[in-house]
Amino acid sequence: MNWIGIVSIIAAAVAVSFGAVGPALAEGRAVAAAMDAIARQPESANTLSRTLFVGLAMIETMAIYCLVVALLVLFANPFVH
Amino acid sequence: MTSPLVTTVLLRIGPIPITTPVVVTWAIMAALLLFSITATRRLSLTPGRFQATLELVVESIDSQIRDTMRAAPAPYRALIGTLFIYTLLANWSSLVPGVEPPTAHLETDAAMAIIVFFAAMYFGIRARGMAGYLKTFVQPSFIMLPLNIAEAFTRTFSMTVRLFGNVMSGVFIIGVVLSLAGLFVPIPLMALDILTGAIQAYIFTVLSMVFIASAVDENLHPPLKERSPA
Repeated sequence: MNWIGIVSIIAAAVAVSFGAVGPALAEGRAVAAAMDAIARQPESANTLSRTLFVGLAMIETMAIYCLVVALLVLFANPFVH
Repeated sequence: MTSPLVTTVLLRIGPIPITTPVVVTWAIMAALLLFSITATRRLSLTPGRFQATLELVVESIDSQIRDTMRAAPAPYRALIGTLFIYTLLANWSSLVPGVEPPTAHLETDAAMAIIVFFAAMYFGIRARGMAGYLKTFVQPSFIMLPLNIAEAFTRTFSMTVRLFGNVMSGVFIIGVVLSLAGLFVPIPLMALDILTGAIQAYIFTVLSMVFIASAVDENLHPPLKERSPA
């Protein structure tokens, strides 16, 4: 095993683990706020949940970017031939 | 373990390699087409049970379009409905043994996101004319021009990567778990995959509706504008 392989695996793990922290916190806050709003105004639950889904998708994209970077490092590493 | 970024070539037609996702897509297209033709051949004004179910599906797609885009659903029904039904079936096609969902490959998602990109352009130009559409890029001020242009491309890219990442990670995790543990262990994960697939199909459709609506209507921007309280 060469150094590039070892560093790539560590980099992938770090990318996914640290990349998941921020979006997880953000999604938790978003869902909590939406729950609060639905509890206050149950009649607007439809609009709220649709907006929540779109917002969650936007937040989640950050984690997905990290996942894609990890996959690129693992499977399409430009320094490994 | 095979890389999720490469696609396997299944067969070749002349010099053109045909990959597995393309064949699965063709199968889904053929199934949808056959189903639609046979389902709509005998439509009546007093719908039976089957036709009522179909009408329910169309009605709910219509109401989603109406709620999200704040517009009459007729011009968008074909595109949005097809996007949703195809994405849903493609995400769920992993339930068929031996089939890998085409949306778990970057190319299929990129193709769909590019369709949405050009659809937004088409609907925007049709609604406001060429000059009016180009003018949306310099709003709210001229300084925003590079950002607006960058946004048009990055949101296409992010739609691609979002769908790819979600579906592919589901498939990937099932593969990893299956290689570690036995026959029945991945089943709860597959059940989770059904949920994720449905949600991702919904999100992809809603996001494409939001993008098209923001190209059409200047009062509507991606954070959905609330309807004024009645």
